[in-house]
Amino acid sequence: MEIDPFIFRLSIFILSIFIGYYVVWSVTPSLHTPLMSVTNAISSVIIVGAIIAALAGSSENTFSTSSTFGFIAIVLAAVNIFGGFLVTQRMLQMYKKKSKKK
Amino acid sequence: MISANLSAVFYLISGILFILALRGLSSPDTSRQGNYFGIAGMIIAIVVTFLSVGNFSTSLVYVIVFLMIGGVIGAFIAFKIPMTAMPELVAGFHSLVGLAAVFVAIAAYLNPEAFSLGVIGKIKLASLIEMSIGAAVGAITFSGSIIAFLKLRGIMSGSPIIFSGQHLLNLILGIAIFVLVFYLCKSQSNSIFWALIAISFLVGVLLIIPIGGADMPVVISMLNSYSGWAAAGIGFTLENTALIITGALVGSSGAILSYIMCKAMNRSFISVILGGFGADSSLDKEKEKKDQKPVKSGNAEDAAFLMKNASSVIIVPGYGMAVAQAQHALREMVDKLKKNDIKVTYAIHPVAGRMPGHMNVLLAEANVPYDEVFELEDINNDFANSDVAFVIGANDVTNPIAKTDPKSPIFGMPVLDVEKCKSVLFVKRSLSPGYAGIDNELFYKDNTLMLFADAKKMTEDIVKNLD
Repeated sequence: MEIDPFIFRLSIFILSIFIGYYVVWSVTPSLHTPLMSVTNAISSVIIVGAIIAALAGSSENTFSTSSTFGFIAIVLAAVNIFGGFLVTQRMLQMYKKKSKKK
Repeated sequence: MISANLSAVFYLISGILFILALRGLSSPDTSRQGNYFGIAGMIIAIVVTFLSVGNFSTSLVYVIVFLMIGGVIGAFIAFKIPMTAMPELVAGFHSLVGLAAVFVAIAAYLNPEAFSLGVIGKIKLASLIEMSIGAAVGAITFSGSIIAFLKLRGIMSGSPIIFSGQHLLNLILGIAIFVLVFYLCKSQSNSIFWALIAISFLVGVLLIIPIGGADMPVVISMLNSYSGWAAAGIGFTLENTALIITGALVGSSGAILSYIMCKAMNRSFISVILGGFGADSSLDKEKEKKDQKPVKSGNAEDAAFLMKNASSVIIVPGYGMAVAQAQHALREMVDKLKKNDIKVTYAIHPVAGRMPGHMNVLLAEANVPYDEVFELEDINNDFANSDVAFVIGANDVTNPIAKTDPKSPIFGMPVLDVEKCKSVLFVKRSLSPGYAGIDNELFYKDNTLMLFADAKKMTEDIVKNLD
């Protein structure tokens, strides 16, 4: 009997939770705020779903209801991606200046 | 157009890069490199998606235009936002992830062919369950984060909003969500799908309104976690590895942060969710007692004198410092002290501020070297050997009552042993209690000198007096 591909995805999911558990515990408490902003940025990889939805519109009907939702989701996710990574970078930059001065 | 297998491999690579992004945060030195890994992972995921859809019609132009619009807005916010406003920024970003998850789920529901999930009215059962979970959790994240944002921003009062039957209502709505998912799977009716999303929005609001200002660090972490689970739900729908891995990472990250925050307040996660903290009626009783107790208060000159004659000073910052934007003045003061060969360190309680690590970022902004900043457990023994504790904008996290009075709502919460210092300087605007609504007996100790003023102004005055 063949294994349902869902089981494979579930395995990836569960193993990733374990990876997340160990990786996040090793994050130093002083970087917990950048941790939140960067997790914010990476969870916006949901933009791939938005892109698929947006590109599904035919050339006569670029803005079908479904693709319109996709387009809006692209804007939302893009705000998050750019905002999240840049603000993280800005914070981490501040941690750098000091270590150099030392 | 690239094959599904090849794109799956690339999605896996971007998932791994995201893991490395979080891994980098284990030390400030590797953190920037980690962030680049994250950016690389995101670029790979987006490019691969374009290639695998392979539709280069006018739609693509619009996609890029919308991507750029969002990008410009995001970049603008990222550069403009003051560091003190980080908690509300993060809450706001969570709401966007949540809403994006809802919209992707809606798009997938309305046009399942595009995602190869079957046809309208005959969506595969597993996909339908996954997308409804993604949509429901996304909707809760969205509306919950909006409320958190409004509370943090001060547009909405930080005090808990409680009404009778609240928990029962939440329970009923929670059950309703499951019932709706069940019937959605049976009938695939549009109205049920919309009802599911509407109820989830409502649940998000109801979940967050009873939670008080003091519990905000937990709320933000919790919503962080939710946004991850929402992404994972959508990841299962889209059969996308990058999204599943990321969702799991973010979900567990938020959960761990919530746990750390709860532990730092000695509160159970359940009691935070049930809310109502900070609205204790005991406040009035405390007030009567307080009026009778004498308090020593001083001015900037006294404080400067005390610190100049100390050999070691520990700074205890709290949310008040963030509100007053006093971090730069504080740094200036510390520089002056250091010139006089006084040893200065910073002690940070895990829940100081309104989100995990909030104080560390503010001190970093003011160019405080991160090796002078210590966590609670690393510095707590040093108070006994130090001359002056300078408490600026913190309150509940220094309250010795947490160690002595089992009746106190914060009993058992780990606190900074500030009272063990030879003398304590307490910068505060008034004697009002902190968020927990309880009086701080530290105010009335003999070795405590209260400095009644705005944190920034007082610090600046002390700087002047140090010359």
